Amino acid sequence: MSDITEPRKDDDEPALVSHRTADIVVACLFLVASAIVIKDATRLGFSWRPNEGPAPGYFPFYIAVVMAISSAINLARAVISKAEADETLTTKTGVLRMSAIFVPALIYVFATSYIGIYVASAIYIAAFMYFFGKFPIWKSLAVALGISGVSFVMFEIWFLVPLPKGPIEAAFGF
Amino acid sequence: MLMVLGIVLGVVIGVLPGLGGANGVAILLPLTFSMDPTSAIIMLTSIYWGALFGGAITSILFNIPGEPWSVATTFDGHPMAQRGKADEALVGAFTSSFVGAIFAVILITFLAPVIAKFALRFGPAEFFAVQFLTFASFLGMGRGSAFKTLASMCLGFALASVGLDGVTGTLRLTFGYDELLNGFKFLVAVIGLFGIGEILSSMEEGLSFRGAAAKLKMDAVIRTWRQLPKMGFTFLRSCIVGAWMGITPGGATPASFMGYGLAKRFSKNGRNFGKGELEGVVAPETAAHAAGTAAMLPMLTLGIPGSPTAAVLLGGLLIWGLQPGPLLFVEQKEFVWGLIASMYMGNLVGLVIVLTCVPLFAAILRVPFSIVAPAIVVVCAIGAYTVNNSMFDVWMMLVFGVMGYFFTKLGYPLPPLVLALVLGDQAESSFRQAMLSSQGDVTIFWHNWLSGSIMTLGVILALWPLVSMLFNKKGDDAARAAA
Repeated sequence: MSDITEPRKDDDEPALVSHRTADIVVACLFLVASAIVIKDATRLGFSWRPNEGPAPGYFPFYIAVVMAISSAINLARAVISKAEADETLTTKTGVLRMSAIFVPALIYVFATSYIGIYVASAIYIAAFMYFFGKFPIWKSLAVALGISGVSFVMFEIWFLVPLPKGPIEAAFGF
Repeated sequence: MLMVLGIVLGVVIGVLPGLGGANGVAILLPLTFSMDPTSAIIMLTSIYWGALFGGAITSILFNIPGEPWSVATTFDGHPMAQRGKADEALVGAFTSSFVGAIFAVILITFLAPVIAKFALRFGPAEFFAVQFLTFASFLGMGRGSAFKTLASMCLGFALASVGLDGVTGTLRLTFGYDELLNGFKFLVAVIGLFGIGEILSSMEEGLSFRGAAAKLKMDAVIRTWRQLPKMGFTFLRSCIVGAWMGITPGGATPASFMGYGLAKRFSKNGRNFGKGELEGVVAPETAAHAAGTAAMLPMLTLGIPGSPTAAVLLGGLLIWGLQPGPLLFVEQKEFVWGLIASMYMGNLVGLVIVLTCVPLFAAILRVPFSIVAPAIVVVCAIGAYTVNNSMFDVWMMLVFGVMGYFFTKLGYPLPPLVLALVLGDQAESSFRQAMLSSQGDVTIFWHNWLSGSIMTLGVILALWPLVSMLFNKKGDDAARAAA
């Protein structure tokens, strides 16, 4: 795999997802969201209650109705629009590059719950630098440990903000 | 000395997302108990100024607003950084913050009692009117599809309504999940939408922040200052909007959005806003600082805090045995004038400190992207976690990140969503309170000239896209194609 952080040269790569498809999907998701809000708002009631004013569902209900109407218009526009069908939203390389940071980020957040945020951050930064940035491993480790160390001192000692910690910090008595 | 320390601490706090001015002051409040009240308040206000300055730094460099009121700064600040003008954007932001703050301080010095009375006129109806105007200005002035703006704004409102309902105490949209009880926190959404979303787009482009790493010139300050006098009107407009919003108390966040919106509407360069126009940095920053400073006024004279940070400061005042209110000016003259003097000095010292650090901040951009990218993700995760001390928020941040990426790509504007998320709860409760007091009569919003004129302006702005669409259907299509 070549260095994916390099700017891409071939702009006429075939589109993985067209602009129009994504537009339609997002508009549909908006409609789903409105439906959920409306359903809960009807449970709460959206009418006027004596001595209580508008019921709790009042505001969300009308907001969701407006949202539904505008998303329906967006959806309609996306379906008719011919111009958007040819526009590229993203390409395969684009998705690959994004997952290069996003998938590790998912693992990182997952790992944080077990080994604490500082250790997880250090591993995450070091791994990213080593694999994608092509840095020598000692440089990667130095930067990663440095960032984790500085944030540890800043949050735990200066500002006394507790962040998730794992067994390693516990070994040092924190 | 205390002032310098306070400002440096404040800048650090402002730069770290998740640690806002209010949190920062709250964390450091106990440290000041051993000091005498005057030096303590100087220290705390210095932290506040520092945080106001600091919020702009990450907005411009990484498109991550450190503070709610710096969201509007990202619109033009970050594009400027991408075009290699990070130093100019930073200088512009700091200078305009200074101008805004000084304007408000002068106002406080001379007009304190008069303005305090004006602030008392603000009831729920007026609050809602101001908030309505802020939202409407987005519909009226936004580029691109008005319906996408509307959809995005409504989603913000819907997200804001999740959790405990402030008026009746009922749970809304939680579906039995305890994590949703507190609702979606604004900062988590912003960190995800802007920070993570930005990282994703940069990764996709593969361009990273390379465009941002321009040559650093030491004359950035002079270069930028030379451009500023042309923006006299922008300054003045934002100062007035900011000071007014700070006093009323609308707060710094709506003030910055309004300042930006107005500048976009009335400036000759309005069309270029969003692409990296210095004026687009100047307008929101001036307004935010004028508001942030003016927020001190109702706190001192009436004991009504104009911003969350002012509320924490108010707590501090009470701990030191100082009762805010009109009598404070009579009984504790020394303290009040000490505070006002510290506002002048604090801003001046703050400006000098941050300006000398501009090259340092801009140098951050020269760090290779493969270091910066994971580091930003880490900082974002820490920021999201500290908001509520929960891992759930960190997961939400990732979800918002993906959302931010798609929204930006598809031309759904993010600012209305964020603004609705910030102000949604307030707007809803002031709307309902106003409705309660009028027993369901909508005309309460026109019951006096103050809220009436604001509401009318808001309605006009909200309907503007509809009208212009009818008149000019072609223009709308062209705008959409361009976006």
